[in-house]
Amino acid sequence: MLNLIKDFPIFNRSINDKRIIYLDNAATTQKPKSVIDAISDFYSNHNSNIHRGIYTLSEESTKMFEDVYKKVSSFIKASSPSEIIFTSGTTFSINMAAECLKNSEFWSEDGEIIITESEHHANILPWMNILSKESAVSGMSSVKNLKVAHIGEDGTLDLNHLRSLLTAKTKIVAVSHVSNVLGAINPIKDIVKIVRENSSALVLVDGAQAVPHFRVNVQNLGCDFYAFSAHKMLGPTGVGVLWARKEILEKLPPFLFGGGMIKEVYFDKASWADIPDKFNAGTPNIAGAVGLGAAIDYLEKVGMLEIEKHEKELVAYCIKSLSSIKGVTIYGSSDIEKRSGVISFTVDKIHAHDLASVLDSGGVAIRSGHHCAMPLHNKLHVSATARASFYLYNGKEDVEALVSGINKAKRIFLS
Amino acid sequence: MYKEEILEHFKNPHNKGTIKNPSLRASDENHLCGDTIEITLNVKDSRIKDIKFDGSGCALVTASASLLTEYLKGRRLEDIDNLDDKFVIKLLGGEITPARIGCALLPLKALKQIKK
Repeated sequence: MLNLIKDFPIFNRSINDKRIIYLDNAATTQKPKSVIDAISDFYSNHNSNIHRGIYTLSEESTKMFEDVYKKVSSFIKASSPSEIIFTSGTTFSINMAAECLKNSEFWSEDGEIIITESEHHANILPWMNILSKESAVSGMSSVKNLKVAHIGEDGTLDLNHLRSLLTAKTKIVAVSHVSNVLGAINPIKDIVKIVRENSSALVLVDGAQAVPHFRVNVQNLGCDFYAFSAHKMLGPTGVGVLWARKEILEKLPPFLFGGGMIKEVYFDKASWADIPDKFNAGTPNIAGAVGLGAAIDYLEKVGMLEIEKHEKELVAYCIKSLSSIKGVTIYGSSDIEKRSGVISFTVDKIHAHDLASVLDSGGVAIRSGHHCAMPLHNKLHVSATARASFYLYNGKEDVEALVSGINKAKRIFLS
Repeated sequence: MYKEEILEHFKNPHNKGTIKNPSLRASDENHLCGDTIEITLNVKDSRIKDIKFDGSGCALVTASASLLTEYLKGRRLEDIDNLDDKFVIKLLGGEITPARIGCALLPLKALKQIKK
């Protein structure tokens, strides 16, 4: 198994005299020193705005920023760096895709959108918003034309149900690669195939919980859009990526307007820059992108296959350990091959928040609540679950700390 | 945070249940946790003759509701106006972590919206 904890400065810290046992990686991940140093180096030695600065610092920062396009493109196997759009994160990426699509030839007034039961709110609400006919000041109601594909017992999308929902009116299918609650890995290639056979819809994949954990090859998946966040893959917060196929990006109108996204501007007309600049109005998060580049370097050095193998071992060990505790219910598949490093569970008669508080007193950080997936929790008939999620720096001792914390909570609340 | 007294009120809550035909009723929920609470009161001559709470929640919501209803029983209805966050936290022993304040204060939040 991997042993990388020494690369992450935060683990030198102790809380209440206990080492930090960080099991909330589906929310955000810790940063290796190389990422922190890369951001610090940018601000200390190269800081300047990119493009058009005819001086050394600007040439350096422009090159550093453009190198990240290449790194990201090669990391997710895009066909060209021009298919990469930097955003502030997955949420922004999906909202951007939705807004661009709404004003494009790919959309029509009576268009339908298909999502799944297990989506994060970030892959539900942007779609509801473009379907909503009212101005959404305090909420939305009576949203029509949103279809919700069921998930099966194993937590993955029910392909037959998806097939039955597809019509000539389906314009967009938006699905997560990995569920942030169930950890279920959706068969994206099969999903894309079914969508192509039954409609002309475009497929957007929310890859926030996938790209950090195993090799994603967007061309091989065959989807049209793919969104993910830097901070869930060792990078800084405030940076994300929207990838889309070149021929689609070229047909989309821009979503943000301002500096950097134009060819020419007059008071009665304007023309847009080529992709991807057309989608990058304003000064981007340059230091953040540099941090993402350093995170990719780190992940590539460790190896995505090694990371996947490490997490599978941990998940298998965690499921086995949790299953042996009386009163624990684990949600999602018991088949390790069908799940990533996210395990949501409940303990009989103990509220997830009480469990999280007791675990915290032992230095163990987990998440409790509905994990931004209220519809999925309604389906599971639970108001809140506890969630442990792993990454490359976690070890079996972290699972053992989780187990002993759960047993401690049982002693406190149930004895 | 989980002091003996809190645990005692969680395991054996006082005033748990619903008053039939109450003179006043209050309810609230915490969407983030899925906690719900309903408080029913019988008031005579401005005095709280009886008060009960029901709903589902974590240990802090339950203990807070148990302690608050116990405090209010027999007091004047206007006394609810004088209750504040600080008072409830003190009632719970004074050590509530920031992330759990919302749980601890849910019963008080409900009481403040009391309706006939």
